[in-house]
Amino acid sequence: MSLFNVFQVSSSAMTAQSMRLNTVASNLANADSIISSDGKPYRSKQVVFEATPMGGTGEISKGVRVRQIVESAAPARLVYDPKNPAADEKGYVAFPNVDVVEEMTNMISASRSYQTNVEVMNTAKTMMLRTLQIGQG
Amino acid sequence: MANLEQHLSVFSQAMNLRSQRHQVLASNIANADTPYYKARDFSFEEAMGNAMAGRASGKAVDLARTAPGHMAGGNSAGSAMLKFRAETQSAVDGNTVDMDVERAQIAENALQYQILTQLIGDKFKGVRAALASTNS
Repeated sequence: MSLFNVFQVSSSAMTAQSMRLNTVASNLANADSIISSDGKPYRSKQVVFEATPMGGTGEISKGVRVRQIVESAAPARLVYDPKNPAADEKGYVAFPNVDVVEEMTNMISASRSYQTNVEVMNTAKTMMLRTLQIGQG
Repeated sequence: MANLEQHLSVFSQAMNLRSQRHQVLASNIANADTPYYKARDFSFEEAMGNAMAGRASGKAVDLARTAPGHMAGGNSAGSAMLKFRAETQSAVDGNTVDMDVERAQIAENALQYQILTQLIGDKFKGVRAALASTNS
């Protein structure tokens, strides 16, 4: 029953999209964290997707997996605030390089992709149920 | 009765291809955000024609059979030949999945699949009616 592969493919995409949503949540939550665990300002994290064969059918079904999570190389956002204890000798505080607008669009895109994959899975389920009903009634 | 079997084998072949196509389309949708992923699809008509004529696509690699005891290897690609979809407006990251096209194709494919299940069901219904008419 090759339709079972659709479940694997769609669920791999859902996992990948939820990881993307996770990084978005982490980035937005830390948009103002001027000190992260390593003592430096928090850096925006992004997931990198990769197509991967699934279900032993070779080229036909390809799922998604998260190959790596990269830290954005964008420069830190500098804010002049000499009163802040984290300010450098010129009085600038390095804020995280999180682009809030980009993260919001990322969030909407991830949520839409997730929904579409749920729908594909549902379609496959309907098709399988119809197959089981052959010859009944 | 051989007639019925022939009909059913045509239907089951078509259903196989439809479910394979669903897999391909599901992969496209799953990889809608993967960089450099190219959307793929195969022509159902062409694949069905190949299957009816007993041809393989010629693209899949078959295992060599050098002794009479050897069995045919699992030829996963079968009669379907995967092609890349012509790109209309690809993303900056090289991804060519067009969500609207894929959604439309998947809906059409699912509907065609349901038509096939309906046709098989009707075939059985006909046989049952024929058997019932001899009972009385």
